[in-house]
Amino acid sequence: MSDASVPAKPPAEFLADGARWRWAEIAFWLAATLPYFVAQDYLQLAGQVLITGLFAMSLDLILGYAGVVSLGHAAFFGLGAYACGVASKWGWGEPITGLLIGGAFAGIVGYGASFIVSRFKGLALIMITLGLNQLVAEAANSAHGLTGGADGLQGVHTWDLLGYFHFDLYGVTAFWYILAVVFACFLLTRRMVHSPFGLALRGIRENSTRMVAIGAANRAHIRKAFVIAAFMAGVAGALLTETTETVSLETLSFQRSADVLVMLILGGVGQLYGGVVGAAIYMVARDRFSDVNPQYWYFWIGLLLIAVVVFLPNGIVGGLKKLGGYLGRAGR
Amino acid sequence: MTAALLAKGLDKRFGSLVVAGGISFELPVGERCALIGPNGAGKTTLINLLTGMLTPDAGEIVLNGEDISRAPPARRVRKGLARTFQINSLFPKLNPLEATTLAVCERRGETGDFLGRLAARRDAVDEAYDILKSLRLDGVCRRETRELAYGQQRLLEIALALATQPKVLLLDEPAAGVPKEDSGELFQVIDGLSRQLTLLFIEHDMDVVFRFASRILVMVGGRLLLEGTPAEIANDARVREVYLGSAGHG
Ligand SMILES: Nc1ncnc2c1ncn2[C@@H]1O[C@H](COP(=O)(O)OP(=O)(O)OP(=O)(O)O)[C@@H](O)[C@H]1O
Ligand SMILES: [Mg+2]
Repeated sequence: MSDASVPAKPPAEFLADGARWRWAEIAFWLAATLPYFVAQDYLQLAGQVLITGLFAMSLDLILGYAGVVSLGHAAFFGLGAYACGVASKWGWGEPITGLLIGGAFAGIVGYGASFIVSRFKGLALIMITLGLNQLVAEAANSAHGLTGGADGLQGVHTWDLLGYFHFDLYGVTAFWYILAVVFACFLLTRRMVHSPFGLALRGIRENSTRMVAIGAANRAHIRKAFVIAAFMAGVAGALLTETTETVSLETLSFQRSADVLVMLILGGVGQLYGGVVGAAIYMVARDRFSDVNPQYWYFWIGLLLIAVVVFLPNGIVGGLKKLGGYLGRAGR
Repeated sequence: MTAALLAKGLDKRFGSLVVAGGISFELPVGERCALIGPNGAGKTTLINLLTGMLTPDAGEIVLNGEDISRAPPARRVRKGLARTFQINSLFPKLNPLEATTLAVCERRGETGDFLGRLAARRDAVDEAYDILKSLRLDGVCRRETRELAYGQQRLLEIALALATQPKVLLLDEPAAGVPKEDSGELFQVIDGLSRQLTLLFIEHDMDVVFRFASRILVMVGGRLLLEGTPAEIANDARVREVYLGSAGHG
């Protein structure tokens, strides 16, 4: 296995290697531009996939890296979506600051919630996040004057991007805009994962008791991760608002919280790419299956979910990495 | 001179079971103190009380002259009180290099940095590597912890504790599960640690205890039965009766 003849890499270089860009990653992001070149009819779907992928990636930050299970993450997606939408309705439709408004609003609420979240684990945590989600959803529902309630928020208008690119009917501007934002958030996440903070999160996931025994402030770490994840979920929500120019209560529904968890588990928890890959598989499958058989498509997702959990503990991305490892070794 | 670690009247009960009853002792700086006692005597519980992982019902703990009785566990670590676990408590999917670097970064307060690269923290990484090297783990430090041999995992327990730069180190049966032939070697490594470091170690093997301890605490049924030098302990009739006689060579 390990070849003793080759001298081992110096420790810092060895760690740097783990963070290096792989060819598969570059190929992945190049492939993400393909819808524009080969499937213009699907630009809208591709945009939705990317937005949901970003949302799932933000969940991965707390679930996959810090081991914090949340069944209420849509609360932050929805808060971001509404904050951005309401700002636009009130006359501020500038897209980039719109994202920041959505992210900041979700992040602030996330900051408040993080004080509770960081104190619990396991089932209690699932229930708390779930409760938080219901709370926010109900609040949005009853604040009819502000959010439009069950009718959805109307009158959202997104200004031209950078004052120049109009959001066209075909969704070309929207697609590139979404891709750019998701990629930027991905870069940030990737950096975070390979930072000292990212290592601390993995430590908490692996063994929080031991973290205490090496003097770590677990709660502070979890709070910080939670706020960043809420911010990113809010940005994802704001992206949806800006590119669809409407917001519905669905954005902060429990269904969305459950779906994003399913997507992340399909794609692979703690794999960095699991969220985007899971979102792509889930949403393309939904698109295909619901053409054929709209009632039963969840049957296939259920089957796929069970198969992945049973056979691929690290999800589809984890499985692919393993496969890549085998092929790499066989090719040598 | 102030003691490195001082315990005063520590009490702890689980329901009606007294696991710590009026425990008081003092460890001078640099002491190599063994804590012995039969299974279930409350040795691990005492470490949990000292480190704050359990809250005592009463009593006081003073580290280098500072009362830490009310400090949360992580703060006690940052003040210089570290421990290892009787049953391995490691990071299975981190490699020893990452795990030890993590401990070093925590000590230096660098883990809040979420935009810098871990690999760029050369000082921390090198320090971690040096610790691993001193415990002869440099050869395996790039593999996931769960793939390591059991004895190597025992050493990693110590490496993680050392990375916090403790003033007082509490070792809970460091050689637990290690074959008797190898435990001598493990204690040689422990014995080679800095003389500034104050050590309290739990150990069942009396040969090892007499070889490496400068002082011995004997615990039975949640109470300190007596303390003394190895020679005093070896000659004490009560110790022979309750400890050496029964569980000493089980
Ligand atoms: N959390 C707990 N709740 C109830 N009883 C406990 C708990 N932890 C330990 N005990 C009991 O306290 C007593 C002391 O346990 P402890 O683990 O401290 O013993 P020990 O001296 O470390 O033994 P060993 O040599 O087997 O490691 C035992 O009787 C044990 O069953
Ligand atoms: Mg014990």
